[in-house]
Amino acid sequence: MISAIFALAFLAAFFGLVLGLSAVIFKVEASPVVEQIDKLLPQTQCAQCTYAGCRPYAEAIAEGEAEINLCPPGGQQTIQAIADLLDVEALPLAGGEEAQEEAGPSVAIIDEQTCIGCTLCIQACPVDAILGAAKQMHTVIESECTGCELCLEPCPVDCIDMVTIAEDIKTWKWPKPNNHINHPITRGNFELITDKSAGNL
Amino acid sequence: MTEYFLLLVSTILVNNFVLVKFLGLCPFMGSSRKLEVATGMALATTFVLTLASASSYLVNTYILVPLDVEFLRTIAFILVIAAVVNFTEMVVHKTSPMLYQVLGMFLPLITTNCAVLGVALLNVQTGYGFFESVLFGFGAALGFSLVMVLFAALRERLAASDVPEIFQGAPIALITAGIMSIAFLGFAGLDKGL
Repeated sequence: MISAIFALAFLAAFFGLVLGLSAVIFKVEASPVVEQIDKLLPQTQCAQCTYAGCRPYAEAIAEGEAEINLCPPGGQQTIQAIADLLDVEALPLAGGEEAQEEAGPSVAIIDEQTCIGCTLCIQACPVDAILGAAKQMHTVIESECTGCELCLEPCPVDCIDMVTIAEDIKTWKWPKPNNHINHPITRGNFELITDKSAGNL
Repeated sequence: MTEYFLLLVSTILVNNFVLVKFLGLCPFMGSSRKLEVATGMALATTFVLTLASASSYLVNTYILVPLDVEFLRTIAFILVIAAVVNFTEMVVHKTSPMLYQVLGMFLPLITTNCAVLGVALLNVQTGYGFFESVLFGFGAALGFSLVMVLFAALRERLAASDVPEIFQGAPIALITAGIMSIAFLGFAGLDKGL
């Protein structure tokens, strides 16, 4: 009887020691929070969040300087993902009701009659979607444009417009689920909602 | 030398642990949808089986038998296997994060793989020495890996072929496994006398 207890106790202690040692020897560094947040952001580098790119925004979030709801291209899904990662509350997209309506993907288009060939928009584009050279015609390559709107401001003759891409067979996707921040059940507020402007009810 | 070779042939083909002894069916069915996952799982199980086989032999010979507590064999072996699996998980996590992500939840499932416990207990029952135990474990693992890879390849092809709706998924997989098992019966007698 005693020998049985001794045998099992010894085995347990021995393997506990081995596993404890190997936990130290084979320790894996978890990736820093900034990397994890950066992976969730859409990498548009559009600066609509007022930071110079997605990485600086991720760093600001990690330091607690920025709210998590400043990224329009990411949308509500990105906000929810960051909220889940950091275990904080998911806020609605900053900018009020207007920003929360997704107009759908849009691209920039240059009015070629008005373009003067100044190359200022080419320098502004983060994904290099504008083709052109000094005093030559500029044009936006539609498939590369991410709709970040950074080219609209630099243009001195204001010849760039944003156009919503018409949905056709190739671009159609299932509509995203309702913004559940405003859903009467999931937002944690159990009052009966009679106000029709509160989300898609 | 010939006995060792025959031992390997016996564990890999003639008495294949999955198709003849019907042990370790859970990971066999569970991680054979994709070839990469199956290969990774097979490698992990090989590592665990060999190590567990060796350590359970040592535990049995130097702790259980001298202290006359052979009735503790099952639980002691489970303890050994769980520790070895944990150790393997840590090693895999450190050396290959890619493989760790692929195998993920499957690694702890090796603990409950009855083939591992089966090997350890069979070693004691058959009365093998240390080297033979290790070889037995290694051979069992090789047989397991062979069958896993074959089955995964078959399942990938099945997924792309025109299977009647009623049979799609688990049913056709189980039927295929059964047919493979019958095929492996053809190896019977291969390890007798060379």
